[in-house]
Amino acid sequence: MEILSSLGDGFIIALTVENLFLAFLGCFLGTLMGALPGLGPANGVAILIPIAFSLGLGPTPALILLTSVYYGAMYGGRISSILLNIPGDEPAMMTCLDGYPMAQQGRAGEALSLSGIASFVGAFFATWGLVLLAPQLVKIALLFGPAEYFVLFTLAFATLGGISSTNQAKSAFAAALGLGIAMIGSDSQTGSQRFTFGEIHLYDGIDFLIAIVGLFALSEVFIFLEHHRGGAAGGSRALKIGKLLPDLGVLKRCVPTMGRSTIIGFIAGVLPGAGASLGSFLSYSLEKSAVDREGKTFGKGDPRGVVAPEVGNNAASGGALVPMLALGVPGSGTTAVLLAVLLQLNITPGPLLFTKNPDVVWGLIAALFIGNFMLLALNIPLVGLFTRILLVPTRILMPVVAMISFVGIYGITGSTFDMMLMVAFGLVGWVLRKLDVPLVPVILGILLGNEMEVNLRRAMTISDGDWSILVGSPLAIVLWIIAITGFLLPVVLGRRVKSKIEASRPADEVAEGD
Amino acid sequence: MSDRIFGGVGLALAVFYLWAASIIPDSFMVDVIGPRTFPYIVGSVLAICSVFFLVFPDSEPHWPVSRDFLEIVFAAAVMFLYAALLPELGFVISTVLATSYLTWRLGSKPVGALLTGVATSAGIYVVFHLVLGLSLAKGPMGF
Repeated sequence: MEILSSLGDGFIIALTVENLFLAFLGCFLGTLMGALPGLGPANGVAILIPIAFSLGLGPTPALILLTSVYYGAMYGGRISSILLNIPGDEPAMMTCLDGYPMAQQGRAGEALSLSGIASFVGAFFATWGLVLLAPQLVKIALLFGPAEYFVLFTLAFATLGGISSTNQAKSAFAAALGLGIAMIGSDSQTGSQRFTFGEIHLYDGIDFLIAIVGLFALSEVFIFLEHHRGGAAGGSRALKIGKLLPDLGVLKRCVPTMGRSTIIGFIAGVLPGAGASLGSFLSYSLEKSAVDREGKTFGKGDPRGVVAPEVGNNAASGGALVPMLALGVPGSGTTAVLLAVLLQLNITPGPLLFTKNPDVVWGLIAALFIGNFMLLALNIPLVGLFTRILLVPTRILMPVVAMISFVGIYGITGSTFDMMLMVAFGLVGWVLRKLDVPLVPVILGILLGNEMEVNLRRAMTISDGDWSILVGSPLAIVLWIIAITGFLLPVVLGRRVKSKIEASRPADEVAEGD
Repeated sequence: MSDRIFGGVGLALAVFYLWAASIIPDSFMVDVIGPRTFPYIVGSVLAICSVFFLVFPDSEPHWPVSRDFLEIVFAAAVMFLYAALLPELGFVISTVLATSYLTWRLGSKPVGALLTGVATSAGIYVVFHLVLGLSLAKGPMGF
């Protein structure tokens, strides 16, 4: 009951005219960004963060805007998957498998509205999952001391590469790189200058927003330049939608699918190292083995094959918010970017968030519910509008993305040095992507580095320099075991899972992060 | 080979990082492990991973041919120049130039690219500066 009354308070916050408008704007922009190949939830949110801050939005409105973009992008990814067989973002990859065949059979409209409903169901129930699970996790998290927190951060880095990672050394390198960058600037405990070499611009450290926008948004621009991919995603292919509403019978047949996939997706979202891509992959594979064991209809335009991954990835995106809000430890690229939003607002996520800033948490959750209904409304009747965006050539779009990145960074720092730093991050991001080094751990390292070090030093102060405090409680030992298993499991399984996912990937490259 | 080079660069970075960590000055405030311990741990992880890349490199990634590679270098140079010229020329003019260049390189015809540049610059100026009130770099003519 306490939860319901908190949620009620949240609705009172979210239902102001300003917040409703921001939620609508976020949903709209998010769907557009999700639909565009090359712009996914992570870089979409990334380029909007500096803008939201330069506009001077308060914490709750800014969060509402940006999480609506996040949910919107998850909805939008399916549009180009279905119409063009090009996933709009990483998690929408599995939707291509049955969505595109349906479109080829002239049932594109049906596939779009079915997947819209599926996205709604996944996100709606996952948001309920968030409401119920996050406060429970908070209770556990309140038992954490500095040592446990340090181990928890280690766990986050160890599992971030995910089960499909083929080279854990590269994930570890990326994490260390991010942590190393976070160390630059004045030491928070003693005030010593670290790695600044007398450069005044570095005294405050490197602003994580510069790194995020450079690594996520600008590196994408470089990728497009490299491949001279300037044409429109829609190209010459006709974007016919056809009949919009599916038959009631088809919808009914999809109900059990939705149930199963919501649960799988949500769990994949909550667990460290899984995320939305794996959520949609697992939902699709399990659904296939549950209802179509002989492989007769899946892959040939079965509506259930469209519904399962869409429910899965949207449920996972709700699930991924659980560890981010309750523990302050994100498990995916986009939630890492959302963590950046909170940190920029001077809000420390984690268990105390629920007691110290209940208005922020519950306002945000209420906004997710509202945004979800808006997205359903936007995505079924107006889907034709969003398909038009696929006709805009990327040679016009990508420079706009680059310029908005500059505008945002200039808006918050006003410094030439910082803009150049952002370009440098863009280049480094491009090289790292070429070398198959994941960028998400770099971001997370920059975001969490100082917090991680502070917890280590607090733990050491408590134990008076005795390192055994890091394995000093059953909770810490359990976290170590999960971290080590999570790090080693992909070494054994990684190649197998990866090759399975790759096998179903359409030819084109998609945006980094999920 | 790329991974070996990457490992070499990573190792050099790690050594530099460890050295830079060793010269972090102490301050009058002290805690048990001091400001150097965590950077040492981070630097060691970098070093270990880099050695791993040297010993077990992955298969070669698809590097762009030299022409496409130059494309990236030039684009980056244009962006650096953009950042440097922004306070001098102001937002509108610099953005027209930068956007036109990028659009041209992504495959527009020169005239079309220039038009796109003007439209993008004006569009961002109107939306972000006039409507949303964001401060953009001012040039000699006030925009």
